[in-house]
Amino acid sequence: MAMNNLKFDASDALLAAFDVPNGAKWAMEARGFAATNLRRMGAPVKRDEYWKYTNPTGLTALPTPKAALFINDETPMFDGVDRVKLVFVDGVFDAAQSDDLALDGVELETLEDALRKDIHWAKDLFGVLEANGQNPVERPLAALNTAVATQGLVIRATGKTDKPIAIRYIHSADTSDAMVHHVVKVDAGANLTVLESGPGAARFNSVMEADVLDGAAFHHVRTQGRDHERRTATHMFGRLGADSIFRSFTMTVNGVLTRNESILEFTGDNAKATVGGASAGDGNGFHHDDTVFVTHDSLNCESRQVFKKVLRNGATGVFQGKILVKEGAQKTDGYQISQGLLLDDNSNFLAKPELEIYADDVACSHGSTVGAIDDDALFYLTSRGVPKSQAQDMLVLAFLGEAIDEIDDSALSEGIHIRLAEWMERRHG
Amino acid sequence: MLNIKNLQVGLEEEDKQILKGVDLNIGEGEVHAIMGPNGSGKSTMSYVLAGKGGYEVTGGTATLNEVDLLEMEPEERAAAGLFLAFQYPVEIPGVGNMTFLRTAVNAQRKARGEDDLSAGEFLKVVRAKAKALKIDADMLKRPVNVGFSGGEKKRNEILQMAMLEPKMCVLDETDSGLDVDAMKLVAEGVNALRDGKRSFLVITHYQRLLDHIKPDVVHIMADGKIIKSGGPELALEVENNGYADLLAEVA
Ligand SMILES: Nc1ncnc2c1ncn2[C@@H]1O[C@H](COP(=O)(O)OP(=O)(O)OP(=O)(O)O)[C@@H](O)[C@H]1O
Ligand SMILES: [Mg+2]
Repeated sequence: MAMNNLKFDASDALLAAFDVPNGAKWAMEARGFAATNLRRMGAPVKRDEYWKYTNPTGLTALPTPKAALFINDETPMFDGVDRVKLVFVDGVFDAAQSDDLALDGVELETLEDALRKDIHWAKDLFGVLEANGQNPVERPLAALNTAVATQGLVIRATGKTDKPIAIRYIHSADTSDAMVHHVVKVDAGANLTVLESGPGAARFNSVMEADVLDGAAFHHVRTQGRDHERRTATHMFGRLGADSIFRSFTMTVNGVLTRNESILEFTGDNAKATVGGASAGDGNGFHHDDTVFVTHDSLNCESRQVFKKVLRNGATGVFQGKILVKEGAQKTDGYQISQGLLLDDNSNFLAKPELEIYADDVACSHGSTVGAIDDDALFYLTSRGVPKSQAQDMLVLAFLGEAIDEIDDSALSEGIHIRLAEWMERRHG
Repeated sequence: MLNIKNLQVGLEEEDKQILKGVDLNIGEGEVHAIMGPNGSGKSTMSYVLAGKGGYEVTGGTATLNEVDLLEMEPEERAAAGLFLAFQYPVEIPGVGNMTFLRTAVNAQRKARGEDDLSAGEFLKVVRAKAKALKIDADMLKRPVNVGFSGGEKKRNEILQMAMLEPKMCVLDETDSGLDVDAMKLVAEGVNALRDGKRSFLVITHYQRLLDHIKPDVVHIMADGKIIKSGGPELALEVENNGYADLLAEVA
């Protein structure tokens, strides 16, 4: 009982910790609904089944745990890409550092503005995909986000777009507690690419709700920086219409605590989705968790989950992935692979792959492996004169590459490759 | 060039002696061949020279130009000029053949205090050498040895050797798995590298390769020892009579 009270005390405290300004009636209703939902669920605690491998304390504790700023001399990710750049500092939109909110084929505004408008298309999405995604598994941190977030972007692609929207998060205060909520709608036949990069804040909670309508394509590539002390919880809620394409990829490097959840639902036939992740943890206490839930509720859809984690010096990697095929979702092709590469005995990879299938004409497979560097491959490379550390990096990159290749844009995937290669090289000094 | 004295090697994991005192001296520019029954320790010797883990040297020495090989890391041995063409080349998914070759060439140049080859120079050289071995550009782009046929893997070994220009080349059954024409190509590749200074140790089961790559000395290894050395006629004898007589001689 004491434990239960803790859960509810924590959710109340979190709700009270954020000021929520007034907004349009629909926005206040959505927030109220989420707050009620959160009060019912309570904050996540270590004891929860869904948090078995990842201790959520750092994501819920108050006051916000400090995260020292990390000196990073890398050029910001995606700087070389022709894009519309939008900057958030500690989770707050910074117009001065951002490009104009304008792109052909896109309606773009801040969440703050949208939530004040009495009539807005975002009404049908804000908090709606998040609420749908609470069943059958509860995601209290996402409900918290809907209840209190005022920052974020509202993006609607109405036609063909030729540039990505690149959101850059800058962490500047060591106790910043950011709540960022993006609402994305890709109209029928339209396409959109959203890039996200940077650590965001001392503690960063983000939700993206993405509604991908019939025949639309949505690409999402995200990099989560090397800040050692940052804590991050993200939720991506995707809803896929018929013949649509959804691709999301995340690179995570270090960070004391990262939980990335992707919750996808197929609602139309013949759609395709890929969620991929490559993560590298090098250091004691670095912990990253990818939690994915894909629901097939239509015909002939294909989903892929490809996650690779390389871990050393005490880092932990977690993968929880589920494919749920509902009754009647025939011809579903569901694939899931998660692999951990441990570079020493001090690191951990924990995986919970799950399939739940209620249709009989489906092809689903999942696999999970954990292993070390292949000695024969390492010897082969070194016998040709490649120094051992460099040979090891080549093998690590090759391993992560299978996830990076899930990005359907060679310039972006090349960028991720180079970033990881440089990071590894620098570590050798 | 390569001097092996009383080399004794066992397995690290279990109590098993494989090499039981091998002596071998290969001079500058010489070509030596080693033949011997399956399991006699030929590959083990080549692995130990190249620095593969899992073996324990329990006695003896091996030097390359008077430098102790056994104390060095595999990459240092390579930089010192040793090259092993593997009996079973390793497939490495995700590492491009070209990237691998260039990294290896430049790593060795760096270890020797030379400048990197530029991408352009490298490409030019590699293309020419690949062409001579009938390795097409597509194979160069693929991951290291992945999906290569047995013969393609062996040709890829010779390409690496040609690019790295080692001083001492150890070829472990490079002829097995090659068709007649490929064997000629590989032999030509090897002969092209013979410059009077570079030395070769050719491990083989068949006389045929030695028709193309003429050895100065032929050794027979059995049960972890060199039991007999002689001229090229020794290989012919093995080809015609097998090992029975030779083994009986030493027994
Ligand atoms: N890592 C190992 N573990 C167990 N046994 C080993 C290992 N390496 C070598 N051996 C054993 O040592 C012996 C010599 O093997 P090696 O591969 O050197 O023979 P070889 O002369 O090259 O044979 P082949 O002509 O068949 O290639 C064999 O009995 C082999 O099984
Ligand atoms: Mg052998």
